[in-house]
Parts: sequence; structure tokens; C-alpha cells
Amino acid sequence: MSQPVVTSQQAAAARSKPDTLTNQQRKTRLAWLFLAPSLIIIAIVAIWPLVQTLYQSFTDAILASPQPVHFVGLDNYKRLLQDISFRDSIATTVRFTLITVVFETILGMIIALVINSNFKGRGLMRTAMLVPWAIPTVVSAEMWQWMYNDVYGVIDDLLMKLHIISHPVAFLALPSTALPAVAAIDIWKTTPFMALLLLAGLQIIPSDVYEASKIDGANAVQQYFRITLPLLRPALMVALIFRTLDALRVFDVIYVVFGSRPDTMTMAVYNQQYIVNFSDLGYGTTISVAIFIIIAIFVVVYVTIFKVETD
Amino acid sequence: MATSIPAQPATPRAATTGSKQSAGKIVSRVLFYLLVAVILFYTLAPFYWAIRSSFTGASELFATPISYFPHKPTFDNYAKVFENGDFRRALLNSTVVAGVVTLLALLFGSLAAYALGRFKFRGRTPVLYLILSMTMFPGIAILGALYALIKQFGLYNTLTALILTDLVFTLPFTVWVLSSFFKQMPGALEEAAYVDGATPFQTFYKVLLPLSAPGMVTTGLLAFIGAWNEFLFAVSFTATPDKRTVNPAILYFSGASGSSFDIPWGQRMAATVIVTIPIVVLVLIFQRRILAGLTAGAVKG
Repeated sequence: MSQPVVTSQQAAAARSKPDTLTNQQRKTRLAWLFLAPSLIIIAIVAIWPLVQTLYQSFTDAILASPQPVHFVGLDNYKRLLQDISFRDSIATTVRFTLITVVFETILGMIIALVINSNFKGRGLMRTAMLVPWAIPTVVSAEMWQWMYNDVYGVIDDLLMKLHIISHPVAFLALPSTALPAVAAIDIWKTTPFMALLLLAGLQIIPSDVYEASKIDGANAVQQYFRITLPLLRPALMVALIFRTLDALRVFDVIYVVFGSRPDTMTMAVYNQQYIVNFSDLGYGTTISVAIFIIIAIFVVVYVTIFKVETD
Repeated sequence: MATSIPAQPATPRAATTGSKQSAGKIVSRVLFYLLVAVILFYTLAPFYWAIRSSFTGASELFATPISYFPHKPTFDNYAKVFENGDFRRALLNSTVVAGVVTLLALLFGSLAAYALGRFKFRGRTPVLYLILSMTMFPGIAILGALYALIKQFGLYNTLTALILTDLVFTLPFTVWVLSSFFKQMPGALEEAAYVDGATPFQTFYKVLLPLSAPGMVTTGLLAFIGAWNEFLFAVSFTATPDKRTVNPAILYFSGASGSSFDIPWGQRMAATVIVTIPIVVLVLIFQRRILAGLTAGAVKG
């Protein structure tokens, strides 16, 4: 991580330029100079808004309103604790996260193992995996919405031909199937990305480990659970954290397919509604803070589990 | 360094032993290729369906039983989409926003990445952690405050607002990935430049920047794709069709017919195909670089 990257240059520069500033001081000043534009932009577009979010969550601010803003203490947070709709949106988000992360991990693992084998066309397959990942979520959501159409859609048609359903089902409209159906869109779009992350992890496992275990008489299943999975754990962990964070803040696919439909609202959709549709900055930012904390808890839990496991 | 992926030895699969080896081998090969076929079908079939629908006329598209191949392929949907001024405008807006965001992120990001990748100074580690945490930052957490800021500065419903807010995630990402590229460069050339009396800035842009071109291309591509696909800010901070980027434009796409009862799915599918094409072309051309960039940040953990 932090090797002494400039030591010999320091020596060279020190010889050529005697100055009041030491060489290290000059380097440090220069480094901050190079960092300055990026840090200023990040401060303006991310850190300052974050501080503002926290502050506004203690006020009754209304967006673009001439009315004076009052400090209301913990009122918004009290309201949040009573807010059943927000609780529902947390439950929806967690369900969505569980469904998508579990399926994406299992399917992604299978695809990664397949691509990691030696066969004709693996290059083509790896390229094909990049395409769903690269397209906008809005596009994948539109494509699937049309496939889900209960009159002219291909999914109902195929399921009926296979005699899995006897009459057309509006999967996205039914409360019982809406969330799994929209999760399927996310799984389709993101599984390839998961596969590529896991594939990168698989490819740094040295092949002689497998050869040695083969000589010792291990079969494929033993090899997978005793060698592949333990050695893949770091890559798997990183992929899981990335995917969980993404799933917890899911907005695009839900918003495109359902708009602000109450029974399928995730935390982010609920939050966006308060800010953009209701202009309720005070309560909206309170929801933001809550989402931030919920996501942070997940990260801490993951990292703790990972630390315990590696020790 | 580009971790271009070398051909790998086969992973453990069907460890066949004994006399039935050849028969078992053939069966496992067949099953394996069947699995490959299933995966490719799953990945690509939705694209086929979008393309098929985009070339199907309305009378055939809205008829049962549905046809799996357009009997009378037509460019009608595409013609109508391109006649739609709002959609043409949205394509232009998206190109401008994603392009400017990418350029700004590379310009400022490469300087910062150079400092983080090649200099040792106090405060380097905290800055790295700050950047890393920013790359995982949930945009929704600052939506309200950003919205207020944008209104305050009169930037609501402008492309400038989208460019600025897209930097929230593209800039930290660019700095992070590029700094890992810079760190992996050999130090010898840099030293030679210093010995020859080059200033650090000259060293940066005459020696290191050309060397980092592959990394810049990779990072720039990923930043471009990220900005092109951005939706939350795009749908929240724009209000009129002439300021929309393609993603909200597709969402609000109602077609030219004006009838609110039937959604023009043929045209919608044509629009999604049009939006997807530039991304797919970029992916096909630069697939190795993209893979390298995606895994550079992730695998090291």
C-alpha cells in the first residue's frame, strides 16, 4: 500500500536544489496542490451537502420556500419512528436485497466457474456478460416490463406454452409477485457483473493447488469446498458488500416499473418522493440520514464478519 | 497494470476416473455446453426480444398469438423515434453531460491520483480513505441538500446541475482507480526525468500521463458509462423535455400518436435499442480494458 515511492527522487532533487524548504515539504505542498481541485469539488458536491442534510433533518425546512426555517429538535426523528410507511419501505428494501443478493451470488458463481473453465467461446461469453451490466437500468426495466406484459408479453406466452401457468398472469401488477418480478430484472442485469468479479477472484487461485489435491484424490466437489471457496472468500466478500450496498439504495428499477406505488416502495423511492414531490426538505433529509445509518450498519456488520473470519 | 486475463487451466469439473472415462467425459462435455447455452440464452434473449419488438409494426406487435419473429420487419418505429425532437434532444443532452463529466473527472482526477499514487506525504492515507468511502456513497443520502443547493444557485432544470452532481460519484471513482494505475508504474522513468531537471508537473504530464493512457481510457470509459446511465439525479433535477437525458426521456416516452391508452411499445423498444447501441459498441471495443478496470479496484480489497 505505502511503499517509499519517491525516496531516490528526493535524494536526486535534494542534491540539485538547495532551498529553504526541505524537499519533503515541497513534495507535500505539491501533492496538496494536485489534490486541491478534486478535494474542493468533492467538498462542494458531496461533503457540504452531507453536512447540510444532517442540519436540515433538525429543521422544518421546505424546499425553495420563502418561509423562515425553524429548528425543531428531534421532531422529525420522532415522526420517523412512527412512520409505518417508512417501516414498510425498509421491509421491502431488505426483501429486495435478500432476493437479489442471494440469487446473484449463486448464479454469478455458476457463471464464473463456467467461464473459468477451458472451452471454445469463453472469450465470447465473457464479452456477452458485460452487456447487461453496461446498459442503463432504465433500459433493462423497460425491456422487461414489455416482456412481462400480460397480453402481448413473451414471458407469459412461454410459461403458458410450458404449461407452468394456465392463464396469463400480470406478474408486475399482483402484490404477491410484484417484488420477485422486479427483483428478477435486477438479477438479470447484475448477475453477469457478479460473475466477472468472482471470475477475477478465481483467476488468481494458482492452478498447482488443484493439481496437488487431484493427486491426493480429491473430487470436484471436495476441491470446490476445500480449495476454491476458501481462497475465493476475499473476492466474494468484496462482491457481496458492493451488491448489498447497491441493493439497499435501489431506486432506478423500482421507480421505472412502479413509480411511487405504495406496496413496492423502497427506502430510496420513499425518500425521493418526500424531497422532490412533497418538497419536504426537513423530513426528507431525516429519511436520508436514516438510510445512511441503515446502510452503514450493514457495512459494519459485513466488515466485522469478514474480520472475524480472516483472523 | 492491465490484468488482462490469460488462458487458465480448467477448473475442477467432472473428475472422471475408471473405465467409463470416455463415455462420462462426453456426457459431461455435452452437459457443460448445455449449461453454456442456457447462460447465453438467459443473458441475451431479452435483447433479442427488444430488437424483435423494435422491428415489428404495431398491428403485429399488438396481436395474439404473439410472433417470435417479425413477419414484416419495418423501420417504422425507428423513424418515429428519430422524428421525435425531444428524444433527439435527450440523446444530445446525455452525450454532453456524460462527455463533460468524463473530461472533468479525468482532468482533476488524474492530478489527484498522481499525488496519491506517486507521492508520500502526511495526510495521504486519510485522503485515500475519504475517496474510497465517497465511491460507495449513496447518492440518495444527499439528494435533498443537493436539490436545495441547486435551486439556490438557480441551476434547477439545467445540464450544469447534472454535470456537477454526476461528479459526486464519478470523480472519487476516477481518483481511486487511476491512483492504483499510477502506483503500479515503474519508478525508473520518473527518476530519470527528475535527474534531467524536470519539475514534478512536467514529469507528470510529459512522462507519467502518456504512460497512463491505457488507465485513462479504462477509467474514462467507466466514468462515461456511469454518467450515461445515471438516473436518480437526472429524473429529480430536470423538469422539461428539453433538459432531459435519455433515461428520463425513455421513461416519459409516449410516442407521437398521442393516445394515452396504448403505450407505443414498438417505439419504446426502438428507443432502448438506440440508447444501448453506443454502450454496447464501447463495451465490445474496449472489453479487455473494462474488465481490467473493474477488477483493479475490486479484487485487491
